[in-house]
Amino acid sequence: MKTICLYFEVHIPYVLKRYRFFEIGNDHYYYDDFACEDRVRYLAEKSYLPANKILLQLLNNYPQFCCAFSLSGAAIEQLEQYAPEVIDSFQALAETGRVEFLAEPYAHSMASLYDADEFERQVERHAAKIKELFGKKPSSFRNTDFIYSDEIGEKVASMGYKTILMEGAKHVLGWRSPNYVYQHAYMPKVRLLARNLVLSNHITFHFSDSSWSEYPFTADKLMDWLQSSPQEEQLFNLWMGYETFGDVQKDWTGIFEFLRAIPMLSPRYNVGFVMPSMVKEEPVASLSAPYPVSWQGEEKDLGIMLGNALQEEAVKKLYSVTERVNLCKEKNLKRDWLHLQCADYFRFMSFKPTWGNTFESPYDAFINYMNILSDFLLRVEAEYPTSIENEELNELLKTISNQEKMIEQLEKELKVAKKKKKEA
Amino acid sequence: MKALMFGWEFPPHILGGLGTASYGLTRGMAEQKDLDITFVIPKPYGDEDQSFLKIIGACHVPVVWKDVSYQQVEQTLGGIMHPDEYFHYRDRIRYDFTRIGTNDIGCIEFSGRYPDNLLQEIGNYEAVAGVLAHSLDVDVIHSHDWLTYPAGIFAKQITGKPLVIHVHATDFDRSRGQVNPTVYSIERRGMDVADHIICVSDLTRRTVIEKYHQDPRKVTTVHNAVDPIPHVEQFVKTPRKEKLVTFLGRITMQKGPEYFVEAAAKVLQRTRNVRFVMAGSGDMMQAMIDLVAARGIAGKMHFTGFLKGKQVTQMLADSDVYMMPSVSEPFGISPLEAMQVGTPSIISKQSGCAEILSHAIKTDYWDIDAMADAIYAIVEYPSIYKTLSEEGRNEVNQITWDKAGLKVRAIYDMVINNS
Repeated sequence: MKTICLYFEVHIPYVLKRYRFFEIGNDHYYYDDFACEDRVRYLAEKSYLPANKILLQLLNNYPQFCCAFSLSGAAIEQLEQYAPEVIDSFQALAETGRVEFLAEPYAHSMASLYDADEFERQVERHAAKIKELFGKKPSSFRNTDFIYSDEIGEKVASMGYKTILMEGAKHVLGWRSPNYVYQHAYMPKVRLLARNLVLSNHITFHFSDSSWSEYPFTADKLMDWLQSSPQEEQLFNLWMGYETFGDVQKDWTGIFEFLRAIPMLSPRYNVGFVMPSMVKEEPVASLSAPYPVSWQGEEKDLGIMLGNALQEEAVKKLYSVTERVNLCKEKNLKRDWLHLQCADYFRFMSFKPTWGNTFESPYDAFINYMNILSDFLLRVEAEYPTSIENEELNELLKTISNQEKMIEQLEKELKVAKKKKKEA
Repeated sequence: MKALMFGWEFPPHILGGLGTASYGLTRGMAEQKDLDITFVIPKPYGDEDQSFLKIIGACHVPVVWKDVSYQQVEQTLGGIMHPDEYFHYRDRIRYDFTRIGTNDIGCIEFSGRYPDNLLQEIGNYEAVAGVLAHSLDVDVIHSHDWLTYPAGIFAKQITGKPLVIHVHATDFDRSRGQVNPTVYSIERRGMDVADHIICVSDLTRRTVIEKYHQDPRKVTTVHNAVDPIPHVEQFVKTPRKEKLVTFLGRITMQKGPEYFVEAAAKVLQRTRNVRFVMAGSGDMMQAMIDLVAARGIAGKMHFTGFLKGKQVTQMLADSDVYMMPSVSEPFGISPLEAMQVGTPSIISKQSGCAEILSHAIKTDYWDIDAMADAIYAIVEYPSIYKTLSEEGRNEVNQITWDKAGLKVRAIYDMVINNS
């Protein structure tokens, strides 16, 4: 039986406020709360709430239906703050037991490319948050923007995830179809699922495009296509941003009816559903990705996030302080550290077309981000001056903590001694 | 195809951007081999580059019939125009212009500048156009800027050939809204009579449509371009410790120099590693010096006075940032010149060139914070300097006059077919 694997990304980057250079060192708050709230409320009302409502109905009415989500840390935090009812509705979905929540780096970051330890910390933090909210630890993984390479796959596997989602990029798949299960280049136990980017993009971008040759796109048409595909192709990974429903495609386009019709029609076409960790098929081949791929841009590489000198300077400066920030104890600093890693801010500095950009130009995005980052770095510097080497710092901290332990021990001894003296 | 152009300036003797644009455009159009351009200016000096077009000096065209000898003409014209050509024009004088003061051979004296009796000079230029229109065989007439509109109109009336006018600026740009009614009426009449109007930017096009009430179908934008700087590789940055931010142009209301000073004051509050240069002169210079003193940044702000030729290019090459905070700029060629030597530019959104540049930083002219922020970023963050410098140079090298020339040619073809 052919099966559809539905997965939706829920991510809302924090909106950075206009931050001029003369605020560096004075103003340590970087977010435009009003714009954040506005965006979150808009998405909640136009997309998340109506779509979740439909999904819950579908889950109740069609026992074969299931789907998967991943929620970024920024999305969870902002939803908790501005639209907690969305979290409730996700929890209602989770209670059906047929909605899987995937793991991803908490900060929607590119840490996987720069710092393996930081990456691991973020994945763990995210998994813990998902367990707290939805009662189950994730067992499948998808990286920020589906960034994947052999090396990242290896790292993810070492954290205990056996299924990894990736983009069905042409330069990795080659002549192969995304509608099979694959395995890691040299770790056969790690299963790779590849997004069917053609079908997924039809839903997200072409659904209401009347100039598209296949317009109008109906659930019947989708089912027809699945049915007429080669017999051996069993798995269709339709993965997209959740805002596809109600934001990219507005409700008047009929996108919600489309969503509703998919499980309704599926028995007629003998099509089933599956969640990423439930995929049963055996891998047919291994995929090798020596260079990272992602789902961004036409090239499906890192070009949109890290393709120019502006992005490189910003990201290098940011990750130059990873170790120091992790030594810090200050909560606000740690919170900002996560927020500033959000991959979208780098994407906005691209000269290539990219969606959701609130800045007038890549230069504008760069200037604003660098000013904020400069302030952030000053705060890190104030905690741990860069004049001290990282290792030296570690030693000093170790000494301090050792001394603390020693003092504790000595105090204990002192107490015992005093007690003895008293008794004596 | 033969085009008769009326202009006011032509290099090397230029007073503003009009001459540079006229040269660039005609040079770009000359790439089209089937196009003959005759360019009329009030007063040539004889050292103009005539390799790709023919220049006629209005001051050498007789408007009053005089019985003069060949030798006398040859002597008076001083080799700039051939006596045969003079007699060709003299024999085709159809109107009585004796009211205009002329010299012994019946020609009018022109200053070729922007004198106090400018309106009189415009009228005299119109008279010359009348003689030329009767003497030359042309297919299309092309007038550059308001000074030459009356000449273009007269030539159109005589020849019946289509008139294209080229709006390099309007009085709304020059005066920040305090429009001179006489100038407006000349501009307005030129636009009303013209068969087609070419504007140097969409900004100017909007002004022409909204303020001069022209039919949008009759108005087309052809953005200016920039000529390659000869031996551009010889202009390299002199190494220095401090960063240099430059304003270069006339220090007048239109150019927004006060915003430059205010932005400088903001930047200097934060970083001392930067100097500012205000190059040029103009009626707001004293006011700017006072403002600099009032802001207490006199030690970091330098006034160079008027620069010309290679000095300008060297100044631009030495700068780390070039700023043009113009309040209203129909096009604005100087940021393109800065980018040619690899200097990042910050320009106001109220400049026509902002429409075609993506590797320059654009802010509103009044947004001092944004300008200061951009300056700070370019001097502090190496990658933005590098990107603006390299990508900007690549971008500006693609903006060439021959492309603009093809657009103008398409307009010629259209108006000729319609008439």
